Amino acid sequence: MNKTIALELKNVSKYFGSVAANQHVDLTLYKGEILAVLGENGCGKTTLMNMIAGIYFPDEGKIYVDGEEVVIRSPKDAFRHGIGMIHQHFKLVDVFSASENIVLGVKDGKRFALRNVNKTVKELCGKYGFEIDPAKRIHEMSVSEKQTVEILKVLYRGADILILDEPTAVLTPQETSRLFDILRRMKEDGKAIIIITHKLHEVMAISDRVAVLRKGEHIATVNTQETNETALTEMMVGKKVSLNIARSEPVNPEKRLEVTGLTTVNADGIRVLDNVSFSVSSGEILGIAGIAGSGQRELLEAIAGLQHIDAGSIIYCDPKTGHDVNLRDKTPLQIRDLGVRLSFVPEDRLGMGLVANMNITDNMMLRSYRRGKSVFLDREKPKALAENIIKSLDVVTPGVTTPVRRLSGGNVQKVLVGREISSAPSLLMVAYPVRGLDINSSYTIYNLLNKQKESGVAVVYVGEDLDVLTELCDRIMVICSGRVTGILDGRTAVKEEIGLLMTKHDAGTREQEG
Amino acid sequence: MTVDNKHMQHEPLFRVVKRDGLPLKKTILIRAAAILLAFLFCGLIALILIKANPISFYEAIFNGSFGTQRKVWKLLKDIAVLLCISLAITPAFRMKFWNIGAEGQVLVAALACAGCMYYMGGHVPDALIIAAMLIASILAGMIWAGLPAIFKARWNTNETLFTLMMNYIATFLVAYFLIKWTPSGSSSLGELKFGHLPRLYNEYLLIILVVAVITVLLHIYLNYSKHGYEISVVGESEKTAKYIGINVKKVIIRTMLVSGALCGIAGFLIVGGLDHSVTENTVGGLGFTAIMVSWLAKFKPGYMVLTSFLLVFLDQGAAQVSQNFDISSAFPNVIVGIILFFIIGSEFFIDYKIVTRAKAKEGTKA
Repeated sequence: MNKTIALELKNVSKYFGSVAANQHVDLTLYKGEILAVLGENGCGKTTLMNMIAGIYFPDEGKIYVDGEEVVIRSPKDAFRHGIGMIHQHFKLVDVFSASENIVLGVKDGKRFALRNVNKTVKELCGKYGFEIDPAKRIHEMSVSEKQTVEILKVLYRGADILILDEPTAVLTPQETSRLFDILRRMKEDGKAIIIITHKLHEVMAISDRVAVLRKGEHIATVNTQETNETALTEMMVGKKVSLNIARSEPVNPEKRLEVTGLTTVNADGIRVLDNVSFSVSSGEILGIAGIAGSGQRELLEAIAGLQHIDAGSIIYCDPKTGHDVNLRDKTPLQIRDLGVRLSFVPEDRLGMGLVANMNITDNMMLRSYRRGKSVFLDREKPKALAENIIKSLDVVTPGVTTPVRRLSGGNVQKVLVGREISSAPSLLMVAYPVRGLDINSSYTIYNLLNKQKESGVAVVYVGEDLDVLTELCDRIMVICSGRVTGILDGRTAVKEEIGLLMTKHDAGTREQEG
Repeated sequence: MTVDNKHMQHEPLFRVVKRDGLPLKKTILIRAAAILLAFLFCGLIALILIKANPISFYEAIFNGSFGTQRKVWKLLKDIAVLLCISLAITPAFRMKFWNIGAEGQVLVAALACAGCMYYMGGHVPDALIIAAMLIASILAGMIWAGLPAIFKARWNTNETLFTLMMNYIATFLVAYFLIKWTPSGSSSLGELKFGHLPRLYNEYLLIILVVAVITVLLHIYLNYSKHGYEISVVGESEKTAKYIGINVKKVIIRTMLVSGALCGIAGFLIVGGLDHSVTENTVGGLGFTAIMVSWLAKFKPGYMVLTSFLLVFLDQGAAQVSQNFDISSAFPNVIVGIILFFIIGSEFFIDYKIVTRAKAKEGTKA
């Protein structure tokens, strides 16, 4: 095959303060190929791509497009060189239509006529197989439709090099395979495509070559056909990691929490939780699977007393007294005063679980500072707890007085989970506890959760990685658009089944509409 | 897509790069250098504009505050008053409640204080009047600060606009009572005879001591009490506060009441200890200067002693300059403006550094 180089990076580095996000990275991208950039979270994939797309400026190194050295100082420069990036977080105007978003900021010197834009968009759709109504407004769109608009936006500007940052993170398996079909068609058209991901099976399915990054450095680029998942994992993490998570049988399960008919309606009148019923027992991990935004956050916050509830009940069975307590319409403080030992690791670690600008000791106090009648704070015990957690969970930090925002993602999570576990909960809820963590930190967290389970804690685990859910959880509850679409046994559940349940509701409504 | 060489872009001439956190020594060095540069620059401006000999120019600035014993006392008194108002707004600012209504809160407290002096003077012993003055001032300050807080907590109104509007109400209230209290309608109240605060050595020392005590107490309140901790949590992240069960509305209202009470004390000290009267201009913009004092000190009471000293020192020095060199009173404002520009500008270099094109090429590995 005759290969021409579309994009080449030579010795590119980027530093943030003393941290090297990328160091001496070389990368080559050919026309008409899909290159997967693979690496753990925090290995510098996105930083590298942002330098190509003009968001960051490299501290050293050179970038070549079509064999010529270029300097990319802004996204506008990137577009001039035919480079377009589809970011993980969409950058669209909600109240504008697809076409309006696509044409926004384009300066082609032609008189603006939406009809022409619609025509071009339709042509692009026909060419690559997108399905979208150019007149539909963004806020009426599903996540996958929004992504389509982002891709069209880039194509409309004539990009020949496309960068997709974790495009499948928000998609269902079905939507993912549709996206992959489109990418293949673009490849046949001669476009050069970079796709960032950390899902190995997708790398195998879509890419021609794989570039592996580790800790900001380029480890190797290999042909996809000549490698396999195990080899890629080894390159990614540097040493062989067993993917087995230990799972013990629940011992003496007793009902700890019973949720019945839970319904909450948000400000837009949408039922974010619709008649949700389930129970959790001591000594088990209940997994909750679903596409992002299906009501997971609202469910946990409702139990924690942070969410308005419109119907239903949340009964907590106190293991000490044996009495049942209804947690509905209670504030977090009232829940604590009732003697409910509830711990909650929220999804938003630095925005909710911790105070980013406070040091580790002061963050330890968040849960316990009220203790005692004194009007003054006791910093001695929190300090001891902080030191204990740093030691037992191997938190990498200069000391207890370091603001938590300076810690890396994994260490932040260890501080948060450590604090929540330290209060000896009987019910522990965790939301996406390993998001953004490297494999070793993830396993630290899995082990902590398993230890809690073995000591008789009822654990609720909201996760996104189906492999982890099926390996870690005793039971898996699947929710879709606020409804429970199934509760499966974690030992027998298969990913495809969960994937189908995750989209069950969507499929139902689509049929009705059609 | 090829780009011809004509359009070939160069690396930007310089870029701004975030620093990784400087050691304390270096940050002090940067700030000191900024102040030094500012004074040098001011000297230059003075040389060009008013043909002042730089030495006598700096001498005038210094003498403005330290020239005579009386000037030193005035310096300390002015610092105390400004610091008191700055301390008052700080708890709310730590909570990211942007109260720009200290001006009105102090003024309305001053009015309440003068009201006590006006109505009770001559009828009851001075000690009783002073007690009433203190209570009335504190209550007035708390009402003026509490109203916006309640509206913010209940209906999420914008506290900046609300407190700003309350300033105007306070001004016009004072105007109303001045007309009422002056039979001739001259609106000039003159010195009220009763309810003066006791003199300790001179009229300034008591105020200075009171403010010193408040500074220490507020430092303890903000850093070592449970209330202070709650204020910090609410200020940093309301979501976290709710998550750990802090009643955010309660904290907002309670903190603003503390702020208002301190503003009340400031009004009490100004009227009872210094002015013995009230006008629309009693606070004279100190409520706004206080925002700068608090902010420059990063809301830390200890540093606020330094920042309020700096602002008062500059103000008095500049006034001295305009007197010595017989120039427009606008010139001092130019001096203060230049120096503040340098100081605030230096904060940028503490958080960021500039990397030039040439430097970027050689020194990235460092």
